[in-house]
Amino acid sequence: MATLTAPANIVFTRPEGLTEFPTHYCPGCTHGIAHRLIAEVLEEMNVLDRAIGVAPVGCAVFAYNYFDCDFVEAAHGRAPAMATGIKRVLPDRVVFTYQGDGDLASIGMAEIVHAAARGENITVIFINNANYGMTGGQMAPTTLPGMKTTSSPSGRDVETQGYPIRMAEMLATLEGAGYVVRRSLHDPKNIRLARKAIRLAFETQVRGLGFSMVELLSTCPTNWGLSPVEALRFVEERMVPYFPLGDYRVSPAVAQIRV
Amino acid sequence: MARELWKGNEAIAEAAIRAGLQAYFGYPITPQTEVLEWMARRMPELGRVFVQAESEVAAINMVYGAACTGARVMTTSSSPGISLMMEGLSYIAGTEVPVVLVNVMRGGPGLGNIAPSQGDYQQAVRGGGHGDYPRIVLAPSSVQEAIDLVTLSFDLAEKYRTIVMIIADGSIGQMMEPAEMPPMQPLYHRQWDWAVTGKMGRERRVLSSIYLDPYQEEQTNLRLFRRWQEIQANEVRSRAYYLEDAEFVVIGFGTAGRVALSAVRAARQEGLKVGLLRPISLSPFPHQVVAELAQRVSGFLVVEMNTGQMLEDVELANAGRVPLRFYGRPGGVVPFPDEILHEIHALVEAPPTPGEDARLAWLERMTRLGGDGWQR
Repeated sequence: MATLTAPANIVFTRPEGLTEFPTHYCPGCTHGIAHRLIAEVLEEMNVLDRAIGVAPVGCAVFAYNYFDCDFVEAAHGRAPAMATGIKRVLPDRVVFTYQGDGDLASIGMAEIVHAAARGENITVIFINNANYGMTGGQMAPTTLPGMKTTSSPSGRDVETQGYPIRMAEMLATLEGAGYVVRRSLHDPKNIRLARKAIRLAFETQVRGLGFSMVELLSTCPTNWGLSPVEALRFVEERMVPYFPLGDYRVSPAVAQIRV
Repeated sequence: MARELWKGNEAIAEAAIRAGLQAYFGYPITPQTEVLEWMARRMPELGRVFVQAESEVAAINMVYGAACTGARVMTTSSSPGISLMMEGLSYIAGTEVPVVLVNVMRGGPGLGNIAPSQGDYQQAVRGGGHGDYPRIVLAPSSVQEAIDLVTLSFDLAEKYRTIVMIIADGSIGQMMEPAEMPPMQPLYHRQWDWAVTGKMGRERRVLSSIYLDPYQEEQTNLRLFRRWQEIQANEVRSRAYYLEDAEFVVIGFGTAGRVALSAVRAARQEGLKVGLLRPISLSPFPHQVVAELAQRVSGFLVVEMNTGQMLEDVELANAGRVPLRFYGRPGGVVPFPDEILHEIHALVEAPPTPGEDARLAWLERMTRLGGDGWQR
């Protein structure tokens, strides 16, 4: 055993940015991956000491237990407003929100749009898993047409329940946004691209280049009724076509950043 | 400092700035908009934070975030906007961070009107956001008192890690009168052992209103109410006028109390032994002061610009001991001194029987006097 833990043999460790608190996330859910990527980036940029996270309401409501930095807990959808208050009085801190689709694209639509429009120097990590996870899988603004949820039991009927909202595309129209992209967590290649995007988003903030958001297509195996592997395939085959991956707004100043 | 002519809303804004306000977040609504406009000009020129939020919901949550860092922060609004802030206030109470909030009240319910009202007494004192939480509520009756209470509010909010709400009505916000502004306090970011500021080498901190374990939430509720006992013991404020020899006492807060003072002075000139009690802290309410008066006077007249909201606190303290009469002008109507003098005469000449429903008796009088009160 001693040889296994010798420094030379360690190839993978918990990042400094994560606490040892066991997460409550379901097996196969990609929240854990998203958390790890954020923690790695904060550690890599050496900003954990001055990072302040804003937790949402939803599955990530306990995110403050998992990150080893200061945290506050917002009301449902209000994380960007709370982050605005923090960042404005402490402009040299690194302030980020972590929000799901119900939180960000439904109840918190006004707060996210206006934070982006004002060009708040905050970073938003947006987890899009096409349903309200914490409350047991209800229809979200990002639920795909025809997708069954507990509040669209026959499948989302766009005639009566409307169409999914593409947040990255919408926020990219705003001048205050410096960096708005969509990535996915469904395979290692995309996870690496997501990590790079998260790094760029935080770089956008520390350089004062405006609002930054990384939308991450994520899985919800429990509420989708799929195995973890099937859920990853669902993201690739069903979600990516509706929510295309890509860079929706990269301001000229952000485009100069090399990470 | 010299007395200057100040408009209420602008005085409230400048008093907060002089008290060391670091950040203001607000949204336009009549009759408090001048606070926002004053802040919009003054805060940036002083290098401080001003944000016009997209809604009152956002404004109170910006305040919540800034308060979590330990900054001196405030917002202001008027009745419909305050309703929108109730969600945030409940979270702020549950997180135990200090926040100062001013409600320049207008007629309601609903969109109502933009005339001065005291219709939000119960919302401020008793209710508002969900969950069990007390809060300090202060009511000024002049521009000078509004200035003084704003200054006091920041200290109280920080001392007790609580919400301090000032409820002024539209007339306090809109009127201009001479007042003395305090000197500018130095601006600095207070260091609190609870504030979230980035861990910077210390243990990380989390501020939240979540207590998923009901027993922990129960402990939080108990902690808030233990703190409230301390506030009740130390922070009751009221102003007494001509009470030493008073046989009858008018009780009114804010503008209603101010108008009542004119009526009390007129009654004194007629030789009637009438005094005025003007509660300044509506929460904690001066129950003890009222209870002591109830031991020695012959009757109370409660005057409000609502349908009898503070009346219930007076009734609690009076406990049916002395006859009690009520006179209210709700909906944005401000009573004239002669109306209140008329009520004083009625109280002195024919005191109601103790235990009579004062609000019902008032409602019947109002109906008899033409359906919509005796003066339009």
